[in-house]
Amino acid sequence: MKEFAYSRANGVREALVMVAEQENGRFLGGGTNLVDLMKRGVEAPDLLVDVRSLPLAGVREDDDGDVVIGATTTNSDAAAHPEVRRRYPALSQAVLAGASGQLRNVATVAGNLLQRTRCAFFADLSTACNKRVPGSGCAALAGVHHNHAILGTSPSCVATNPSDMAVSLMLFDAVVHYETLDGEGEIPLSRFYRPVGDTPHVETALPAGALITSVRLPRATAGERSRYRKVRERASYAFATVSVAADLEVRAGRVHEVRIALGGVASHPWRARIAEEELRGGPAVPERFRAAAEAELAAARALPHNGYKVTLARNLIQSVLTEIAG
Amino acid sequence: MTTHPQVIDGLGATPSIGSPRTRVEGEDKVSGKARYAGDVQVERLAHGAVVTATVARGRISGIDDRATLASPGVIGVIDHRNALRLNKETGSPFFGPDGQLQLLQDDRVSHGGQPVALVVAETPEQARAGAELLRVSCVEEPHDIAFGPNHQAVRPALTAFGPDADKGDLEAELAASAVVVDERYMTPAQHACAMEPHTATVWQEGVVLRAIDSNQAPYGVAATLATLFGKPLPEVRVQCEQVGGGFGSKTGVGPQLILATMAAVLLDRPVRVALTREEVFLTTSARPRTDQRVRLGADAGGRLRAIGHEATFEISGKAEFIENCVEIAKTLYAADAIRTRLSVVPLDILPVASVRAPGTAPGSFALESAMDELAERLEMDPLELRRRNEPETGPVSGLPFTSRRFQLCLTEGARRFGWAGRDHRPRRTRQGRLLVGTGMAGTSFLTTAFPSSATITAEPDGTFTVAIAAIDIGTGARTALRAIAADALGVGWDSVHLKIGDSAIGPAWQSGGSLGTTSWGWAIVAAARDLLARLESGPALPVSVTSDTTEEIMSRPHRERHSYSAVFAEVTVDPATGEVRVRRLVGRFAVGRVVNPLMVRSQLTGGMVMGLSIALQEEIVHDEASGRHVNADFADYHFAANADVPFIDADFVDDHEPDDPLGLKGPGEIGTVAVAAAIANAVWHATGKRQRELPIRLDRVIED
Repeated sequence: MKEFAYSRANGVREALVMVAEQENGRFLGGGTNLVDLMKRGVEAPDLLVDVRSLPLAGVREDDDGDVVIGATTTNSDAAAHPEVRRRYPALSQAVLAGASGQLRNVATVAGNLLQRTRCAFFADLSTACNKRVPGSGCAALAGVHHNHAILGTSPSCVATNPSDMAVSLMLFDAVVHYETLDGEGEIPLSRFYRPVGDTPHVETALPAGALITSVRLPRATAGERSRYRKVRERASYAFATVSVAADLEVRAGRVHEVRIALGGVASHPWRARIAEEELRGGPAVPERFRAAAEAELAAARALPHNGYKVTLARNLIQSVLTEIAG
Repeated sequence: MTTHPQVIDGLGATPSIGSPRTRVEGEDKVSGKARYAGDVQVERLAHGAVVTATVARGRISGIDDRATLASPGVIGVIDHRNALRLNKETGSPFFGPDGQLQLLQDDRVSHGGQPVALVVAETPEQARAGAELLRVSCVEEPHDIAFGPNHQAVRPALTAFGPDADKGDLEAELAASAVVVDERYMTPAQHACAMEPHTATVWQEGVVLRAIDSNQAPYGVAATLATLFGKPLPEVRVQCEQVGGGFGSKTGVGPQLILATMAAVLLDRPVRVALTREEVFLTTSARPRTDQRVRLGADAGGRLRAIGHEATFEISGKAEFIENCVEIAKTLYAADAIRTRLSVVPLDILPVASVRAPGTAPGSFALESAMDELAERLEMDPLELRRRNEPETGPVSGLPFTSRRFQLCLTEGARRFGWAGRDHRPRRTRQGRLLVGTGMAGTSFLTTAFPSSATITAEPDGTFTVAIAAIDIGTGARTALRAIAADALGVGWDSVHLKIGDSAIGPAWQSGGSLGTTSWGWAIVAAARDLLARLESGPALPVSVTSDTTEEIMSRPHRERHSYSAVFAEVTVDPATGEVRVRRLVGRFAVGRVVNPLMVRSQLTGGMVMGLSIALQEEIVHDEASGRHVNADFADYHFAANADVPFIDADFVDDHEPDDPLGLKGPGEIGTVAVAAAIANAVWHATGKRQRELPIRLDRVIED
């Protein structure tokens, strides 16, 4: 582990200046992913600027009725907030499905959005990984990829994004708010994560040196029936094999509104817009749910050892929608 | 002599055996006072960090240690160029020379993760930083980790645990059988996953090499360490006050101890080597992968005519081992023909060794799954099938059983579980989106005692000091042995002082093979008997007596001595996702007389959790391309989390081993054994699909 400097910022601008003035500076939230990667040498910042004492924690409702979750709000606090639980239950469920109680108590919402893949080769300095060392290759393609991505992959990278929270944020069309030395900005989550292409090391559209200040959940996308279901090899403390966040409104037996997001299948939370389009206006029956899922997954590119995820994602979409439809 | 009857934990002080006493060191453990190998304070202590190979096979072509040696706090680098030379003949009495002990002896790399250097520094952080700066160049060679029974290098395993069984004419009996099962079962490599990473602190005291080490066998480890470093045994002393689990992985001399010893000698400093979790996975042995063929033949009434069990497992080319998957096939059921074979495939892997019920855990998965398949084909209750094949004497050996309580385990387990009335056809119960099924399996587990010595001193104050080179790896041995000593001496609990965890006390068996308490307990009983005889003449106190059980144990008649269990499981399966969850586990165990029901039940419950993990989660994943272990941490190597563990009901049936002076059998590992088969059989009952490969991952269960 490389030696590094540690500072605690007292204001957002101070934090931004600190990171801007250091060539290789990083913000530190809960550190539950960054510090692990530093121990392995995957991340090697010269400076960590601790942002946990900034006034960015807490959940509030803004003037438009949107729910705003501060960047340094812990995962636990975000999941427990009454408005989150009432209006965005799939988000609360997703957060609680992640990690462990101990980790959720320190991990922050912004940190969760920026966590790195759990691909074993990304974490192992002695192997090829385009995400870690651009141009070095991808050891997962011909190696262990049982839990790797099936959608939106490229020959450069088949890693998945491990976040549960982000899947539900994608469902609710969350907006990421940030600040740079040039001022404030916002990015819809749907454009936050970059396609893999041949630049898997560029993961987000966040400007260089930007600090995420909050995540906003629009009032319009609230879904009290929404659900998050995570499939994994054990009942707790495991990353998703495939997860589904979904919301569905049925009127007179037909799909009035539907939103579906998938986790564990791509380099970022995957909004299943093809399936949504297929379903809208049609009968709310399991056969249609299944057909819509198949339409979404028609573009899936399975590797030799992760083809089961295509079946799993389809079945899970069908199962969750059927459950919500009652 | 005085006795001190008083209430401890609300219990009368005598008799001590049978009392559900809490661990004597429990308060120290929960309050952080208990000292493990990494907690011991030693002056001038230096710290070693291990550098491991990143290739699976090759030759070290160069080591550049300039940056490391210039790094702050670094004292030295030890690698094959300057390491102490070790005795190449060192090994185990069962398996012969063990190449795994030959660390840093040459430029060969024979498995991924092999230690290739130790960097020693003033602090652990400086050692780790220095280790990261070490540049080790390797000429990589093609590796072979492709395991399978048809591998060209397959050959018979050693027969140190007994010859292959060849009773009757297997082929003829199969041909004459009304119903035949012939199936292949596969189990992955699994790791012990003890909570305490292997740690050693070593220093020299005059000519004596002193070590505090996490291990399961202070005397055995000291003896092997002495041989390895060419020192007389009296000049090696290994101690361990507390050990945080072993599960087989700490029975031998671990890499932490070899490397710390080298560093302590070469650098003339006390040195500690504490493996990281990843290094524990990479450098301490796993259970081998197995590939097993089981053939069963029965007449229409379910009487077994044939049991064929052929098991192949992987080993390293550096060390022999016996994963005795076929042990149960030789003893659990009567059959006209019984044929077993054990084969090995040498590969470029870390040498394999004992992990949590070696042999029987994977072996019972195969045999007891096959028994369930036989019951299916016979359209018979699998419990009834097991009732109809009870042997009167050892089915292969012909020897009498000492205490065989398998049927009692089956009966009691079935009653507690509510087995009666089960519809034996599969896929009959659906609850919402879940399929529900039940399954059962049973096992035997070899029990005996190994020679050990104990010394008991009658103190002038009326108390007794019992010394034995036993070790408590978290099972409660310290508490059990004190109870045994109190009863053997006929005194109260408070009159006994117990000293364990020190090789200097004298020869004693390890905490292994589920035989710690039987072996040590016998020695304590012998020493107590001899001491009480000595005290009859009224000698001046203190007076000490040392007794050794070699002669008594070796003069026992040849008989079949086993513990038994029956395990019942209820599972749910979501066929859409392949998720299997266990709802209930019931285990009934015949493990001889129970010294401490609280601790033995706890150990059996823990064993059943391990069995659940083996069924559903545990799997060392090797990357075929690189030959390396890629899930070497607790985030990626899965075992059951709390949320996976259902209500577990582990209890004993009445049992007493007549060939043991205390009536004991070993209760340690048997809890793990039959669980995977019971769960796999329940998954079949829920879904109608057989699971012949572990773990029962969701991709193996999911339905289209």
